[in-house]
Amino acid sequence: MEESYPSEYGPKWSDQRAERMLGALVCAVVGLLLALIVTVFIKAWPSFSHNGLAWFGAGGSVEEQLNQIYLSGLEGANYVYTFHAWTLIWSTLLITGGAVLLALFSALFVSVFIVEFAPVWMRDILQPVVRFLASVPSVIYGLLGVLVIVPFIGNHLVTEPQKASVAGVISLSGYSLLAGVLILTVMIAPLMVSIFSDGLRSVRPGWLEGSLALGVNRWRTTWKIAVRSARPAIVAGTVLAVARAIGEAVMLGMVSGSVAFAPNPADGMIFIYEPSRPLAPTIVKNIDSLGSAPSNATLFAIAAVLLLSAAFFSMAGWVARRAMRKYGATA
Amino acid sequence: MESLNHVSELDRQVGGAATDVSSPPPIRRLPLEGAAPAAQVAPPAGTSTNGDGASGSSGFTAAKRSISAPQFSIRRMEIDNVSVSYADREAVKSVSIPVRQGEVLALIGPSGCGKTTLLRSLNRLTELTRTATLSGRILLDDVDIRLIEPTLLRRRVTMVFQQPNPFPMSVFDNIAYVLREQGSRRQRKKALEPKVHSALERAGLFEEVKDNLDHPALRLSGGQQQRLCIARALAAEPEVLLLDEPCSALDPQSTQVIEDLIVKLRDDVAVVIVTHNLQQAYRIADHVAFMYLGELVEYSSATALFNSPREQRTREYVSGAFG
Amino acid sequence: MESSVATPPPNPPAAPPPRKPATAAVEGSATWQLSDRIGLAACWALGLLFCAIAVAIVVYLLIQGLTYLKPSMLVTPAEAGFSQSQTGGFSDALIGTLIVGTMGIAIALPIGIAIAVWLVEYGRPAGLARITESTIEAIAGIPSIVLALFGTVIFSSTALGFLSRTTEGIVFGRSFFAASTMLSLVALPLVVASTREGLNAIPQHVREASYAVGKTKIATVRRILLPTARPQVATGAMLGLGRIIGDTAIIVVLLGATQNFAPVGSTFPLNYLRGAGTTLTNFVYEASPTGNLNQPQKAYAAAFVLLLMVLALNAAVDVVHRRARKAGTWSH
Repeated sequence: MEESYPSEYGPKWSDQRAERMLGALVCAVVGLLLALIVTVFIKAWPSFSHNGLAWFGAGGSVEEQLNQIYLSGLEGANYVYTFHAWTLIWSTLLITGGAVLLALFSALFVSVFIVEFAPVWMRDILQPVVRFLASVPSVIYGLLGVLVIVPFIGNHLVTEPQKASVAGVISLSGYSLLAGVLILTVMIAPLMVSIFSDGLRSVRPGWLEGSLALGVNRWRTTWKIAVRSARPAIVAGTVLAVARAIGEAVMLGMVSGSVAFAPNPADGMIFIYEPSRPLAPTIVKNIDSLGSAPSNATLFAIAAVLLLSAAFFSMAGWVARRAMRKYGATA
Repeated sequence: MESLNHVSELDRQVGGAATDVSSPPPIRRLPLEGAAPAAQVAPPAGTSTNGDGASGSSGFTAAKRSISAPQFSIRRMEIDNVSVSYADREAVKSVSIPVRQGEVLALIGPSGCGKTTLLRSLNRLTELTRTATLSGRILLDDVDIRLIEPTLLRRRVTMVFQQPNPFPMSVFDNIAYVLREQGSRRQRKKALEPKVHSALERAGLFEEVKDNLDHPALRLSGGQQQRLCIARALAAEPEVLLLDEPCSALDPQSTQVIEDLIVKLRDDVAVVIVTHNLQQAYRIADHVAFMYLGELVEYSSATALFNSPREQRTREYVSGAFG
Repeated sequence: MESSVATPPPNPPAAPPPRKPATAAVEGSATWQLSDRIGLAACWALGLLFCAIAVAIVVYLLIQGLTYLKPSMLVTPAEAGFSQSQTGGFSDALIGTLIVGTMGIAIALPIGIAIAVWLVEYGRPAGLARITESTIEAIAGIPSIVLALFGTVIFSSTALGFLSRTTEGIVFGRSFFAASTMLSLVALPLVVASTREGLNAIPQHVREASYAVGKTKIATVRRILLPTARPQVATGAMLGLGRIIGDTAIIVVLLGATQNFAPVGSTFPLNYLRGAGTTLTNFVYEASPTGNLNQPQKAYAAAFVLLLMVLALNAAVDVVHRRARKAGTWSH
């Protein structure tokens, strides 16, 4: 209670002092983020400057290039920076795209179900289930992936002729694009479900009642009115899920196999059984080479690309939500 | 209640010198204690008429009714001894009213008297509340509405709400929405255009929006939005149109426009309007049902109810003794 | 057209006998079109699928965990050995998880609360408030591997060399301090969001009543607002803690590649905190077939323990919600 007794110096913690200190803390956190961004790009610069735009292009085996880079760094001079990340970028696109599409589809239906059509007992089961799935650590998903999904795919889904057809290039042992996409879908869908559900619940009830009163059935009312007006929430949830998917390193590292490879759609449908190593797991898999300077730069370059993509999708989401305000959907 | 009786006493005196359409209603002053009854500012004496201006023993004063008597009337819906309860509370008690095409039925009464509940039971919207129970029968064209599938029923008996609620789409899509969801195959925009235009014309909105059909509906003014909601309700080509205090959120100009529209519509659809604005009921209704605390107190033609109500409570309500 | 007052209409309608049974027609999906019904079936199918996946995860880990988990594993540190029964347990990993969890939240909670208080109660200038909100959202969106890389830069600097081992002038940069600090960033957005929610739910008149008796804003916050928002703050802390103990990337990078504690120096407990170590997540990662140890049985056991901890935290969050809702202090 001592704050309320004014001494000749005023209360113990004056509001001005408190505000200034809190403001300084806030500035420090903002500064920390800026420092992070700047540091990553500075550290990444050597790799970008030596490769130019070819950094994003294709050519050569990523494994070999990383090896060369690492070895050259040990010598202390004549660093080699040659790196073409298209394999990794393509894997990232495939895995992220596949998982986000599947998760979007299922999350939409599940959230509509939870908010509108599920009986109460089902809702009471489903909501904790969604929360549970969202809180399982990614390493456990990875463990189950490696010990259950990967052997299942390798032994039961992929047939011998299929393995033989690509035996010269890669071995189809179950570490595959399919495993990565399926598990990643389960990881990001709960996140989308909770955001979509919040959006669906905050639709103006006048619209729903108005639609029912015009003789439109509950299913169409929900989809045409509620889902439509919850589109900003859907965009927000999708953007968050994309960021999460791009940044997932541990689980994908465990199911992506031991070589950096990207599935080749020219192989036909088998390509979903081919291993796939995206950007983020590459950092984790090569973390031991941080001591070698050019490796360091290369890994930071990958991190810079991750940062840029996360920022890009955030921006895209923001732009999309602004465009939706035109028709009155609340952001 | 003495002062109130005093007021109605004065009304009867005043009512004799009937209001002419050009004079304002008389100023009533409640007598202060001990003071002599205040002098009434008597309007210039005019003839006492009935039917043109509301006057007479009810004490209700309003401008001359300008709508004509309805041409015909076909019985469309029948409310037969209906009671609605929410959990333990009875909101509507044993009400029976006919609803006819060709005339406007107004439900009036103070807040909480059950008129909105009764209206919502006509298209089974009360069923959206889990605790609601309904007894009695409501017939639409001699078929109990409980035997009609609710979605189909609500296309034949559509409703306009108090707050305009246009969907977050363009004007065209708002009306096309109703048309699209009723058909089984997706109809193209070209095919829907004539129906959308005709619905907008019936609602008197077409001239104002015909160049901006793709603009967001939420950018229209309040009155335009409400007319859009009416157009939407008409697009379903209903047999009965329910209106729940449609003008209470609007300014007088928009109210005027919508009232004219309602009177024009009565030949095509049976109109039931809930309103707490007595003057509005007088202006546009052909039959009026006065409800109080869930009971139907009186049901008669508008002129009769406002000029010479039979029940004491009706007289009190209509003269403004309570509300 | 003269009236009837509350009497049945003069000509009672000759209602034709209903051909359907006299049960009320309710809106059911039977009247919908085929596409609508398929949609509802998809809803049910996906809902049940999610439940099935969750049950499968829990049951499978339960079975495997109970098969391989022996109580001795919880108290025996890992040892080098040839077969899985000779390599001891993962007590170091368990303690390591507890350490990073405690330290991480100890850093994230005060900072998160302070930021949330500033955003809700002060927030001037408005531009800084917007920037801060965006910053917190951005931090939430940064992959933890990037945070880990940033941590290597910070903690390898000589200025912070005291927080980890220094060998021949080269700062190792891997320690519990390093890992906990970066992990606090993972929990920070959750703490901020929950605390903001809690503070925003307090109606304005509570604050005005406090100012009206002469209390400063900061005193109001400390004595009235934060205690009232305690359920939300606790929720945020527990959610953040859940994310911290579940994170692997930062641990793998910043905690060193050991399976046991590697203390640095001699002052307890600082020597352990300055040193490298392991946590349950790291242990599972290494023990899985893709890691260095390849001991699937131990991996299952450790994963089971980890999952139990996460479930316990989730249950605690639920309990807090329920108790606060009963006491009426929860906003929704």
